[in-house]
Amino acid sequence: MKISYYPGCTLKLKAKNLELAALASLQALGIDVEEMDRWNCCGAVYSLTDDDLIHHIGPVRNLVRAKERGADKLVTLCSMCYNTLARANQLMRKDATKRDTINRFMDDEIDYAGEVDVIHFLTLLDEQVGWDAIKKKVKKPLTGLKVAPYYGCTLQRPQAVGIEPMGSFSLMTKLLETIGATVVPFYSADKCCGSYQVLNVEAGENEAAANVINAAASAGIEALATSCPLCEYNLGKQQDQFMAKGKITASVPTFYFTQLLAMALGVDPEACHFELNDKKAVQLLEAKKFQVAA
Amino acid sequence: MCECKTKRPEIKVATGDRAILPEGAKTIPIFVMGKKYEVPETLTIMKAMEFAGFKFLRGAGCRGGICGACPTVYRMAGDYKLHFGLACQTVVEANMYLAQIPFFPANRASYNIEEMSAAADAIHALYPEIFRCVACNLCTKACPMEVKVMDYIAALKQGNVEKAARISFDCIQCGLCASRCMGEIPQYHVAQLARRIFGKYIQPRAQHIVSRVKEIESGKYDQMLADLTAMDHETLKQKYVEREREPDLAPLGTWKPKETQYL
Repeated sequence: MKISYYPGCTLKLKAKNLELAALASLQALGIDVEEMDRWNCCGAVYSLTDDDLIHHIGPVRNLVRAKERGADKLVTLCSMCYNTLARANQLMRKDATKRDTINRFMDDEIDYAGEVDVIHFLTLLDEQVGWDAIKKKVKKPLTGLKVAPYYGCTLQRPQAVGIEPMGSFSLMTKLLETIGATVVPFYSADKCCGSYQVLNVEAGENEAAANVINAAASAGIEALATSCPLCEYNLGKQQDQFMAKGKITASVPTFYFTQLLAMALGVDPEACHFELNDKKAVQLLEAKKFQVAA
Repeated sequence: MCECKTKRPEIKVATGDRAILPEGAKTIPIFVMGKKYEVPETLTIMKAMEFAGFKFLRGAGCRGGICGACPTVYRMAGDYKLHFGLACQTVVEANMYLAQIPFFPANRASYNIEEMSAAADAIHALYPEIFRCVACNLCTKACPMEVKVMDYIAALKQGNVEKAARISFDCIQCGLCASRCMGEIPQYHVAQLARRIFGKYIQPRAQHIVSRVKEIESGKYDQMLADLTAMDHETLKQKYVEREREPDLAPLGTWKPKETQYL
């Protein structure tokens, strides 16, 4: 079994904490994944129409690169990259005519027919590592931290590429339980964060995100765990503005699930890169007496 | 006994890269901007065009494959595939349809390199069009220097200036990449900026050069230079002939001269 790791552009720029904490966790778990030596933008956001084939070239080219390297699976961390790559993979598997058109256009590459499985990091943990194995490696359980998984849109929609069925949040729930956190049921876990609408509204005016935060606060949730840089930005980085505009009454910091995992596995707190989260995230961990600095 | 009839190879008269046709030299048809010309088969595109009567006022530079002034697009009769090359380096082939693209009106941003940093943000701000890349790879296919153009644009989108600078190192700024880009990205100008930022802010300074300059300025070598300058021709010649030389294949760092006073 060979697994290629596809990071995605945002993890190299604005969401380094998502990636670095994941890599530190894998090291602590003794899992070896190899970053692809050649990769391009995943193509996010996935083309809205299936006949807009030129916008499938980007994701398919990454899948070709994984196949070239002899990989059976390609693992991603970012929800958007996961969604885009998995959907392009679906198209290449299911639609022979479009697959042909794409392969013929990409005459500089080997043909591709969906040979590589696109999986999310949570699925990797579940299937390749196992929750029991992770539990054995937990050194600093997150006892007393009330967390809820926040999936947003792209981990589960459309159903065909969802990491699990709509309405079920069991993968991240299992992870959070495994690392000792108290998982609070959260009925807005798959509500939209406002996505790219944030570009068109003033700071602190994104109602969709404010609604999610309010729902979390009233459910007694202290922190949200996500795997999407855009969700993290919309929910986590805007809370001061929401507060100033009276859109929310209490803050609920956001973390990448990989940061919580790394922290529980006892990796150097520096490697969790909490400094890249909103300051409220650090304040919460400090209030809960978790170690956030070396 | 076998009566093999081996076809004798056709005798070719090479013309080298001379544009004067020797007697008996074979000519082939090429099409320049759609018009047919018979040219010697051993010429480069540039020489062939000059043979046909064209005079390059622009679109010709070093004639050595490094200045990027003579990018050429061509296609072979009967095939849809486009090919790319430098006119001064590519040898003509029969039934080649070709056109010169000496200049491409690609966007080039102005900036002050002194006011930048190692971060890719400035490149993203000056050339936001790089995010229009759909990874079609036509740029890479068009590159006469075999630079992986799409890969360095991808590296810049990932904020990796060093990777972009290294991948684009062989770029000669011909602009063929930009001529093929559906995202209207001026790849070669973006790459040049990446290499400038890499050179100024990322690549470590060569410390040994700094210390050597200091030595020179402190006058350490003044007397040696004065001695050499004062030497008569014959002594100088003899000194040169008898000089110690590092053996050609000496493993790195193993050789030391016997005379160490100049080290």
